[in-house]
Amino acid sequence: MSPLLRFRKLSSFSEDTINPKPKQSATVEKPKRRRSGRCSCVDSCCWLIGYLCTAWWLLLFLYHSVPVPAMLQAPESPGTRLSRDGVKAFHPVILVPGIVTGGLELWEGRPCAEGLFRKRLWGASFSEILRRPLCWLEHLSLDSETGLDPPGIRVRAVPGLVAADYFAPCYFAWAVLIENLAKIGYEGKNLHMASYDWRLSFHNTEVRDQSLSRLKSKIELMYATNGFKKVVVVPHSMGAIYFLHFLKWVETPLPDGGGGGGPGWCAKHIKSVVNIGPAFLGVPKAVSNLLSAEGKDIAYARSLAPGLLDSELLKLQTLEHLMRMSHSWDSIVSLLPKGGEAIWGDLDSHAEEGLNCIYSKRKSSQLSLSNLHKQNYSLKPVSRVKEPAKYGRIVSFGKRASELPSSQLSTLNVKELSRVDGNSNDSTSCGEFWSEYNEMSRESIVKVAENTAYTATTVLDLLRFIAPKMMRRAEAHFSHGIADDLDDPKYGHYKYWSNPLETKLPDAPEMEMYCLYGVGIPTERSYIYKLATSSGKCKSSIPFRIDGSVDGDDVCLKGGTRFADGDESVPVISAGFMCAKGWRGKSRFNPSGMDTFLREYKHKPPGSLLESRGTESGAHVDIMGNVGLIEDVLRIAAGASGQEIGGDRIYSDVMRMSERISIKL
Amino acid sequence: MPLIHRKKPTEKPSSPPSEEVVVPDEDSQKKPHESSKSHHKKSNGGGKWSCIDSCCWFIGCVCVTWWFLLFLYNAMPASFPQYVTERITGPLPDPPGVKLKKEGLKAKHPVVFIPGIVTGGLELWEGKQCADGLFRKRLWGGTFGEVYKRPLCWVEHMSLDNVTGLDPAGIRVRAVSGLVAADYFAPGYFVWAVLIANLAHIGYEEKNMYMAAYDWRLSFQNTEVRDQTLSRMKSNIELMVSTNGGKKAVIVPHSMGVLYFLHFMKWVEAPAPMGGGGGPDWCAKYIKAVMNIGGPFLGVPKAVAGLFSAEAKDVAVARAIAPGFLDTDIFRLQTLQHVMRMTRTWDSTMSMLPKGGDTIWGGLDWSPEKGHTCCGKKQKSNETCGEAGENGVSKTKPVNYGRIISFGKEVAEAAPSEINNIDFRGAVKGQSIPNHTCRDVWTEYHDMGIAGIKAIAEYKVYTADEAIDLLHYVAPKMMARGSAHFSYGIADDLDDPKYQQPKYWSNPLETKLPNAPEMEIYSLYGVGIPTERAYVYKLNQSPDSCIPFQIFTSAHEEDEDSCLKAGVYNVDGDETVPVLSAGFMCAKAWRGKTRFNPSGIKTYIREYNHSPPANLLEGRGTQSGAHVDIMGNFALIEDIMRVAAGGNGSDIGHDQVHSGIFEWSERIDLKL
Repeated sequence: MSPLLRFRKLSSFSEDTINPKPKQSATVEKPKRRRSGRCSCVDSCCWLIGYLCTAWWLLLFLYHSVPVPAMLQAPESPGTRLSRDGVKAFHPVILVPGIVTGGLELWEGRPCAEGLFRKRLWGASFSEILRRPLCWLEHLSLDSETGLDPPGIRVRAVPGLVAADYFAPCYFAWAVLIENLAKIGYEGKNLHMASYDWRLSFHNTEVRDQSLSRLKSKIELMYATNGFKKVVVVPHSMGAIYFLHFLKWVETPLPDGGGGGGPGWCAKHIKSVVNIGPAFLGVPKAVSNLLSAEGKDIAYARSLAPGLLDSELLKLQTLEHLMRMSHSWDSIVSLLPKGGEAIWGDLDSHAEEGLNCIYSKRKSSQLSLSNLHKQNYSLKPVSRVKEPAKYGRIVSFGKRASELPSSQLSTLNVKELSRVDGNSNDSTSCGEFWSEYNEMSRESIVKVAENTAYTATTVLDLLRFIAPKMMRRAEAHFSHGIADDLDDPKYGHYKYWSNPLETKLPDAPEMEMYCLYGVGIPTERSYIYKLATSSGKCKSSIPFRIDGSVDGDDVCLKGGTRFADGDESVPVISAGFMCAKGWRGKSRFNPSGMDTFLREYKHKPPGSLLESRGTESGAHVDIMGNVGLIEDVLRIAAGASGQEIGGDRIYSDVMRMSERISIKL
Repeated sequence: MPLIHRKKPTEKPSSPPSEEVVVPDEDSQKKPHESSKSHHKKSNGGGKWSCIDSCCWFIGCVCVTWWFLLFLYNAMPASFPQYVTERITGPLPDPPGVKLKKEGLKAKHPVVFIPGIVTGGLELWEGKQCADGLFRKRLWGGTFGEVYKRPLCWVEHMSLDNVTGLDPAGIRVRAVSGLVAADYFAPGYFVWAVLIANLAHIGYEEKNMYMAAYDWRLSFQNTEVRDQTLSRMKSNIELMVSTNGGKKAVIVPHSMGVLYFLHFMKWVEAPAPMGGGGGPDWCAKYIKAVMNIGGPFLGVPKAVAGLFSAEAKDVAVARAIAPGFLDTDIFRLQTLQHVMRMTRTWDSTMSMLPKGGDTIWGGLDWSPEKGHTCCGKKQKSNETCGEAGENGVSKTKPVNYGRIISFGKEVAEAAPSEINNIDFRGAVKGQSIPNHTCRDVWTEYHDMGIAGIKAIAEYKVYTADEAIDLLHYVAPKMMARGSAHFSYGIADDLDDPKYQQPKYWSNPLETKLPNAPEMEIYSLYGVGIPTERAYVYKLNQSPDSCIPFQIFTSAHEEDEDSCLKAGVYNVDGDETVPVLSAGFMCAKAWRGKTRFNPSGIKTYIREYNHSPPANLLEGRGTQSGAHVDIMGNFALIEDIMRVAAGGNGSDIGHDQVHSGIFEWSERIDLKL
């Protein structure tokens, strides 16, 4: 107390000396004391801040000067260990980042973006979102007609390793892997990040930026300058299908819009493709993103604070703006579920049948896994009785529709439904931005939503119905079907190249395909929707909402979302099916019979806060810090084959699921 | 609640303040006095606490104001500084990018930047224990924070191997790649950033701009051996030309990058094991123009001083201001010695030694720049300088620029007959070592002994040729390593097969230009700044120092206009490269069809007169001619952009000459 006390005295004096005004004693006394009181408050604030700052600096100084105690020191990284074991850099390595993780920078902009030249708009601190949100949205959106740059705006991918080493400060994407690769001798000349503008459709990255040509030239260069050793390619997430597109593009002759590398190019230049968390068959998340600009997280947030996101307060309309932006990105369409009902299940059956998800809450994955397997085998009859979740219905309107037998569902065929445009008068007050929902009448919205469920095939029809322009634009670049006859000349078109079910792998029998992904985390698989109730005078422009109030008895259904096993973003079936079955052995998708390997990494959440994102995580992005995965990648880069690192390693049910999927091979 | 709590007890002991409040009729003059008295009393009571408190209070205040200002700064619209500048200095001219965009210029030819020495960033890929946590952090460039934090560790990592000139064991420091490698050297200190921003205005972006960053510490051929940098550059140029519809590339090298690109042009057409195997017409096929900015084609005298005594004008001036500080052993810093040890492991510094010997740089009694009069730094305007030169010819003594190093001012000015040289080359290197403490710093001086040092000082005067010999004598190991990679002579017969070796490729006097008649070579450089040309040295008397020679900083001339300043003879140039080195090749040796330029490639000289920024707000100026600042010169940027957009030499106005380069070139007698 005493220092405080003395301090106040001082301040009251200084106040007096500064204002030597008072003349009348009695009247002035009161306000004066008040003033001095207020002043002392300001002073003590200053004092407090100064105190805190000093303490902070002191701690910071101590933190920097005191050596890290041994118990806090990170365990030895796989790179150090392998380097001691004599593992040396051998094959050049190409990293292909996925969607969202790559940085984008501004090259030309509108006046509102002044001073941001060559600054990151996407990635790093994202501080511009807060400062000028509308300007930011405008610059990151693409042209809604062409899917390319809007006039006067050029936003380009950041090149080099910095493009995706850290997504935001301290949030690593590739940094850990790069560091470990460097430990065994990698550096700029044999390690390359093939960054590309992930908002564009794959073909447009070549049209606008020549990204594919650059990648080809880079691979050829690295092959030549590293003593003609083939390259190891490490794509992540959407990078996996981007690289599939590249594999096809590079061998297609120049006049057909390809890279002109000739039929032996891949066999000559590529040793193996190590896909991390590949979204080969798409992700259901993309559906909800396109339908209502939301995912699990947003649905949760909405159920916690209803009305906040939707309200017209501050005229934010956050979701609407986000939706408009993401609808201009073709690449999201590339992530829509591929293969339709054959892969993702129809109204009644699906591949994950009999799978229970009890695992999510358990901390120890060891325990949960054993439980999981016990459940699978012993409790199967029980779960059958308890009416199984119908994952095949990717979008169902209302919980009832998601559980009803298919016969009782309304037999609406969206394709035949004629879209009634017009009478958008009621939404004009919100019509500041473009959304194709505005042009839709309320009646057709209701009709689409009435007691219906959509499978992976019909959900595409729904999207085509709801957002015809976007789908028309994007479907010129992507296809989501299964090929009947792969030799059909129509499959020479680039829109099929990124769909593993509509292309053949290159003729390269010595090449290896790896699927590395995490398991043990509940992953969005299907959604229960509801019609948005119009709140306030202005109808919300997004008429559909995930029904956040729907909760199931188990963790499989929560907040309107059904979960399946996966890595939080990509379900096991999408990441693993191609390696487990579609490409296994000599199939029609893999005519040269190249080897495929499945490596799963069981998710284990970080034991304590100190571990931050953990070294054994299986989550979609965090898996890039998983020591097991890093070790595998390092060994492959140093020349090991799939057998040498231990062949398949499987924890999930991917083999059984794949068995149940019957497609012609 | 806490406030009330605090207030109550103050009532009681605050009798002095209450007094003051009750008797406010007192003169206000008394108050400060009284308060200081009570202040005194209070500090008597518990001085320690209140001191800390008021410190905290002060820090708090500072922090709060700082945050407040920061907030204001961040909230300030981005155009505000520009607005203020315009208010004070009048409207600024449009940057060339905006201006040319209005004219309708569009990106056409792909552009390749080649940074020079020092300006490119270097980052750590593998290091010793002491460099923990610096993985992929910049050691060179950026904030240089590590230099202060762990200086010795930094020096260790930046040095190369003494013998091989490559990485020391366990350390890998590599060039940063991409445009970020050299856009800014340090935060706020642009190198290429202004040029890049202006090119972006007319439509350039990553796909048609490429920064050919290389490890500038290595010799040119070693960048290929270790990093395959030349191969990468070749592949990138080929890629850019093919993805830009077959339009040839415009190359923009700066400083040492000029020599590096000369090396590249020879390398790329040489057959495969030694060269790039691009075939004899590679340059004709892929290169439209080479726009050399401030190119030290014939080397810089600075490099001699740098290698001889690890100092240059700046260090010499610093020493003159604070004598003894740099040389003392306090803190055991030995700064210069460490710097010297580090720079001597860098082969690239040897690429900048003066080339062409006495033929180019002048002998004992003549130099091409003879009759050049220096205008003092003080004179801002150039016209007055010219006049002063004409009037002052009789006044100032002619300077013997040819004597690159002279020991003592008298010798520097003496007639050649008066100098009696005692040949140093045969002098025996003594074993007596003057100072043992220097042993831990590898500078080779301790191998020389007192006899060797004496012999050097007694030789008195060194011309360009002899300066090379001097370095061979002073630092035999370093020069042995360096002369495997660089050569400094003039070729008698360019068809001699020995000139196919890589060590001659970066010397324009020992190579032919490629066979590409449609190519253009530009030499763009600043003039109007005094530039180091020759040095006056003395023996270092200080016993602590390990470097026995020093620039004789007290060698002055009373005359304001003198070329001799702090032991350095200056000549016209861009502060680093004398006009002669930057301009001679384009002015004479490559002009028309010569033996150095057999296909008759057109050459152009563009000089930019230096005019310093008018005020602080302009930063480093838009009309600067200084070696690095010229990259922000609007006229130069405009020239580059016009060529990049498809213009040629006659479109931008042929030669533009301010200095006496043509006159000086005439004086050089070189077989063409």
